[in-house]
Amino acid sequence: MGRRSAPEVNAGSMADIAFLLLIFFLVTTTIETDSGINRKLPPMEEIIDPPIIKERNIFTVVVNKNNQILVEEKLMNIRDIRKEAVAFLDNGGGLGEEACDYCQGSRDRSSSDNPDKAIISLKNDRETDYKVYISVQNELVAAYNELRNREFSRLYPSENVTYVEADKKYTDPRTDKKVKENLKEKLSVIKTLYPMKLSEAEPNKTG
Amino acid sequence: MSKFRKKNSGETPKISTASLPDIVFMLLFFFMVATVLRDNTLMIQNTLPAADQIQKLDKKDRVIYIYAGKPSARYQDKYGNQPRIQLNDKFATVSDVGAYVLAERASKREELQNVLTTALKVDGETKMGLISDIKQELRKVNALKINYTTRIGDYTQNQ
Repeated sequence: MGRRSAPEVNAGSMADIAFLLLIFFLVTTTIETDSGINRKLPPMEEIIDPPIIKERNIFTVVVNKNNQILVEEKLMNIRDIRKEAVAFLDNGGGLGEEACDYCQGSRDRSSSDNPDKAIISLKNDRETDYKVYISVQNELVAAYNELRNREFSRLYPSENVTYVEADKKYTDPRTDKKVKENLKEKLSVIKTLYPMKLSEAEPNKTG
Repeated sequence: MSKFRKKNSGETPKISTASLPDIVFMLLFFFMVATVLRDNTLMIQNTLPAADQIQKLDKKDRVIYIYAGKPSARYQDKYGNQPRIQLNDKFATVSDVGAYVLAERASKREELQNVLTTALKVDGETKMGLISDIKQELRKVNALKINYTTRIGDYTQNQ
């Protein structure tokens, strides 16, 4: 009988497949970028005449050297901070000119007047652990983001994204210029509704 | 006798290796693209804390990096186990931070010099005292935009 050897598999198209895969990975992989919490430090010059701020408009958060968190002088667990901060910022207890018509808080007279007046003061000790400090920072930023998300979807339901997503899209260099223009205005409106006023006191010397 | 019977020669047919170079090149290209080149060799432990309310640090040429943490095991004999600052490839003291930031800023293109961000890559176990000192130094040289670089994760991972 005819003794044929097994036909060899044609390898000519292998290179094409390899290039196809190569191009696929080239397009889909993104080089890992760092991410973190952005902050702005206050400039060095001394403020000669510090403005007078009412006690009820300040929300003090202290992290002591044993990594305990004190909110308004009461010991608090970290998981409650976000809720408390939202309640404080969104209180809107002001009257007359200082009233806040978009706040949904309890309008308690002994808490903040409006989000523009409300200041969160964060103070830490020199012995505080960095990771605890970051956790607290994270929760406070989360409180602002929660409120901003709420207002963004209330004012611009047609955008169909949250504030955080819109902000991410705005800072992404690949976003179209026209889209950016459109977002910039909306984002700044939300930012004036809930401006981030997070002040950091210089830390205690351990004593 | 069937016409379609397979021949039963003892040897198995050879597999063509013509495509091997392609596969190797493909892998090479893939890793070339996907790897991040770390320009600093870390001499410290650097477990970043986790956070989820984060923003991306996009453009690498606009970032100045400052590392801090405990020296890693093989440097501990020499430098002790107290957290230290690392700038480029060397350990540094707090007073070096200002000069370093100014030097880095001067080495960037002129149009970028006003939009630089300082990324603080600090180990989670570090005490805030060191970080406050770094922040004071940054304020002195007017490098006010900072970024606390973190891992992506929930705050509960920081316990």
